[in-house]
Amino acid sequence: MSRLSIRDVSKTFPGHKRSAPPTQALLPIGLEVGDNDFITVLGPSGCGKSTLLRLVAGLETPTTGEIRLDGTKIVGAGADRGVVFQSYTLFPWLNVRQNICFGLREKGMKLSEQKEISDRFIAQVGLRGFEDHFPKQLSGGMQQRVAIARALANDPKILLLDEPFGALDNQTRVLMQELLLGIWEQAQKTVMFITHDIDEAIFMASRVVVFSARPGRIKAEIEVGFPHPRHYTIKTSPEFMALKARLTEEIRVEAIAAAH
Amino acid sequence: MKLLVPVRRESRIALGVAFFIVFVALWSFLSLSGAVPKHFLATPWQTVVSAWNLFATQGFTHDVGMTIWRVVGGFVLAAVIAVPLGIAMGVYKPIEAFFEPFVSFARYLPASAFIPLLILWVGIGEAQKLTVIFIGCFFQLTLMIAMIVSGTRRDLVEAAYTLGCKDTGVIRRVVLPGAAPDIAEALRQVLGLGWTYIIVAELIGASSGIGHMITDSQALMATDHIIAGIVVIGLVGLLSDVLFKKVNQHLFSWSLLR
Ligand SMILES: Nc1ncnc2c1ncn2[C@@H]1O[C@H](COP(=O)(O)OP(=O)(O)O)[C@@H](O)[C@H]1O
Ligand SMILES: [Mg+2]
Repeated sequence: MSRLSIRDVSKTFPGHKRSAPPTQALLPIGLEVGDNDFITVLGPSGCGKSTLLRLVAGLETPTTGEIRLDGTKIVGAGADRGVVFQSYTLFPWLNVRQNICFGLREKGMKLSEQKEISDRFIAQVGLRGFEDHFPKQLSGGMQQRVAIARALANDPKILLLDEPFGALDNQTRVLMQELLLGIWEQAQKTVMFITHDIDEAIFMASRVVVFSARPGRIKAEIEVGFPHPRHYTIKTSPEFMALKARLTEEIRVEAIAAAH
Repeated sequence: MKLLVPVRRESRIALGVAFFIVFVALWSFLSLSGAVPKHFLATPWQTVVSAWNLFATQGFTHDVGMTIWRVVGGFVLAAVIAVPLGIAMGVYKPIEAFFEPFVSFARYLPASAFIPLLILWVGIGEAQKLTVIFIGCFFQLTLMIAMIVSGTRRDLVEAAYTLGCKDTGVIRRVVLPGAAPDIAEALRQVLGLGWTYIIVAELIGASSGIGHMITDSQALMATDHIIAGIVVIGLVGLLSDVLFKKVNQHLFSWSLLR
């Protein structure tokens, strides 16, 4: 069964001033994401990747078309779609555990159950011992790990991530990719991950969706067949290199188009 | 001196105290040297002695108590209405569009100019004093709170929606806790405003209060009493400010993290 189904969805933003022309961010696109798929959406900046993610999250409404999750049309945001944003969005007045329990508390879950679930995810993202820390006391990488745990604790049907590691240094970013992939390999979740980093897109994905320059549309969908569990060493394998060369070419054309 | 680099705690206290010393020294020089005649400017020592007398023999404690009561009473009345109204204006833009133009206009009406009207309307009793403080604080506070709440981080609001919150949940669990430290800070600043209005209110038609004592002393040319009264207002204001700040820091320690 197909979990996420995007049909003829486009998005046009009205101009800010009355005189300004509207911005067409997304041309009508169609995309099916199956159960437990890990898709990455790759494209140059400004091509409408975030817009697509926000439409799926229900934070924007499509200008045309519709999005269905397990057959139900998406209207507005909801706990069945967990989101990890590029910017740090932990609640600064809550500590790590309270942040992770935010959605659970909203559901009215018993405290003992909240503790059990948060314990599990704190351990999974490697933050044991940091339960009482506040977001400002954590590094960027740690904050994003809490954000992932906070989204997962809600047990969403799909996890949406918008360049969550974009602001991190390269080493941390690679470790975070392995962490997220490890969680996905264990937990089996449907994931839509947005990035402009080609290595990142290939390493985690079962399928890479390549976007054209703005107005965005899907230019190519490329299956990534590397077996799981994946080890970071595959990044130097000839197959990986070949795929990377192909995607580099695809993206380069679009980046040039975007720069004009 | 390096730009924006904080000073050590000891140096900060020393510098702060140093200015008070310079100030008192200048005051002593002006009054003791005769540069300003004694009946226009009392000496620091004479002021301290008079202040002691005021408290010890002339029931000044009662005046100070009345003044504090009026400021706090008027301020609390203003806050009780301004806080929910400001929050509603910040969150719901139609409510803001309805109230904001009037409140912005009313903010510039000087509270002290209402005193003659208020005397006609509510007499010279406590109601008049409380209303002056209320007018002085309410509009200012409402606008400040509406602005603070409007500044709520959109990304946190969106995160809350994706975690399953509805509108009321977002207000209760994101807007309010996020705005609380700034609202508390606005309350602290506006309470300071209250102290400046109360004296004016007490200069006219009052039978007690620090302002009343100052008007009486003016008739007697008792500059030592006037200065003592002014200093007491300053001290009480400073004390309330420090207390407020301490409570805020204690309640909202998360907002002090860097
Ligand atoms: N709220 C908005 N109002 C107007 N234009 C927008 C809005 N959000 C995005 N856009 C425009 O839509 C285009 C795609 O943006 P975005 O989805 O953020 O791209 P990406 O995430 O791929 O960098 C950009 O040109 C951007 O300026
Ligand atoms: Mg983006």
